[in-house]
Amino acid sequence: MNGESSMFVLIALTVITAATPLVFAAIGELVTERSGVLNLGVEGMMLTGAVFSFLCIHVTGNAFLSLLVGIFAGMVMALLFGFLTLTLQASQVATGLALTIFGTGVSALVGQSLIGVAYEGLPKIAIPVLSELPTVGPLLFQHDALVYLSWLLVPAVAIFLKRTRPGLVLRSVGDSHDAAHALGYRVVRVRYIATLFGGGCSGLAGAYLSMAYAPMWVENMSAGRGWIALALVVFAVWQPGWVLFGAYLFGGITILQLHGQGIGINVPSQLMSMLPYLTTIVVLVLISLDQGRVRRNAPAAIGQVFRPTT
Amino acid sequence: MIQLKKRANPSVLMGYLAPVIALGMTLVAGFLLFAVLGVPIGEAFKAYFIEPVSDLYGLAELGVKAAPLIMIAAALSLGFRAGIWNIGAEGQLILGGICGGAVALAFYEVEAFYVLPLMCLAGIAGGMAWAAIPALLRTTVNANEILTSLMLTYVASLLLSFLVHGPLRDPDGFNFPESRLFHDAATLPLVLSGTRLHIGAPIAILVALLAWVLLSRTLLGFALRVNGDAPKAARHTGFGQGQLVWFSLLFTGAMAGLAGLFEVAGPIGQLNPVISPGYGFTAIIVAFLGRLHPVGVVFAGLVMALSYLGGENAQIALNMPLAVTGVFQGMLLFFLLAADVLIHYRIVFGQERRA
Repeated sequence: MNGESSMFVLIALTVITAATPLVFAAIGELVTERSGVLNLGVEGMMLTGAVFSFLCIHVTGNAFLSLLVGIFAGMVMALLFGFLTLTLQASQVATGLALTIFGTGVSALVGQSLIGVAYEGLPKIAIPVLSELPTVGPLLFQHDALVYLSWLLVPAVAIFLKRTRPGLVLRSVGDSHDAAHALGYRVVRVRYIATLFGGGCSGLAGAYLSMAYAPMWVENMSAGRGWIALALVVFAVWQPGWVLFGAYLFGGITILQLHGQGIGINVPSQLMSMLPYLTTIVVLVLISLDQGRVRRNAPAAIGQVFRPTT
Repeated sequence: MIQLKKRANPSVLMGYLAPVIALGMTLVAGFLLFAVLGVPIGEAFKAYFIEPVSDLYGLAELGVKAAPLIMIAAALSLGFRAGIWNIGAEGQLILGGICGGAVALAFYEVEAFYVLPLMCLAGIAGGMAWAAIPALLRTTVNANEILTSLMLTYVASLLLSFLVHGPLRDPDGFNFPESRLFHDAATLPLVLSGTRLHIGAPIAILVALLAWVLLSRTLLGFALRVNGDAPKAARHTGFGQGQLVWFSLLFTGAMAGLAGLFEVAGPIGQLNPVISPGYGFTAIIVAFLGRLHPVGVVFAGLVMALSYLGGENAQIALNMPLAVTGVFQGMLLFFLLAADVLIHYRIVFGQERRA
């Protein structure tokens, strides 16, 4: 491998690690939103997933168990959200904000004892034979398990939503809960499942941050990634494939910010750190320009409270 | 089996009781939390609720903390009623601090009466400018104001960090990321000598009154109230959706900006990298706890101010992590949202017999 292509591979690898948590959080929220539920608590669910998985790896040393704990933590938070918005029919916007405030507080409290604790990061799994290929090998076949999982999850969700019966039911619940209810589908149950899936994905995204990306616990370490994931779902006009594209785009921007000085961009670090947030705004504006496209693809019943008539 | 039965009419009583129920439940949950953390309940109660306000200085501090919360939440509740979700008040607060603070530093050598009013205007303008961005994007391309206003909060705090590390840093400050200390002419007059209670506190009450008059006595207030429930009907009041969005965001931006200026010209007295412990976010909880009503917000603001003071005191007295405050605030909002269900529904235990 010559120097130039190895430099390219190194940068591409960091882009992939930066994008992976966004893929998980956004694809989970996409499923939640397709069922008609807007959960603004992604940031809070990510932080709880991050802190509890890191706590588990610190105590047990078992990476697999820790990832499960991260998923579970996100799901518990999502269950709380579901109980308030689906069972008690509280406002989804307000409850989502509460989830983020609560998750930020809980994670800071739990993480108090984890500051400064070291972890070597998730092990890389090299796929035999393929990982030996020049350039392509290290680029695609020498990652930790979660990167592979993120690549599998996106097409799996796409197929589920588009080609399976439960996927169709989920979409119909998100587009018109009254019609779905009239057809005999269990609107609230479907939404609970979709919300829990979203919570699990956000928890996993957080676990990836603390166990692979960082890997350590820092208070508030998601730094707005949960909100960026929410914007990514809009950017993707609720289509899974575009989530993957958007997440890698943002991963690239995050890396540009980290390595800006290294590649000769002489701008103060704080201004470079604004890039992901400013890009999110620009991207939202660009996507919103085509309102017809947004309206055609947005779940019609998103954010609406379902009150069963009978 | 627990069932929800819809009430024929929303319960007015429950509207007032829900915040009380939520506070009670938060207390119970809080004591459980302390029990888990191994803190004696009596001591925790004393540290959180009694000690911080047991003397005049403590009571004044309550006012210092409540002032920004009340100012921002009173303005927020107008927008929230209209279904316009400006959740970037924290960023607007920071911009107000930056702009007002920059004026103070620009007039560093000047000790004149007009410096402070000029700072206030700059603070208001800064907050409004920051809020104008999501308003513009919402009204022109229909970009979601929740996401844009929140993204701008991150940008604002990075901007503040950049400025105090660079252009606005104290030239004689040994490279600490702080500006010069403001002159007396650029700091807020105190209401109560010997304490830190500044004129921001009475102004916050005035803002709440102003918001109350706006909401209950003007056509604009009526349009805001209608817009939350029926946006199409609101158009018949003569105010378009766009105008309501602009008003809600600019008003909150102005108040948040002023609150930010009050922080840097009051308790802090200079610009540093962190000028707010999250007042802009906590104000969201204050707005809900105060029933999206400017007068209710005053009481709610005092309650949440106590949660900050209690958190700080418990950190010193009991060595409790400061993060507990955030947990409390989040729990309170959860319980409140849950208790609100009682406004529209009765809870029925067991299966009710069908007629």
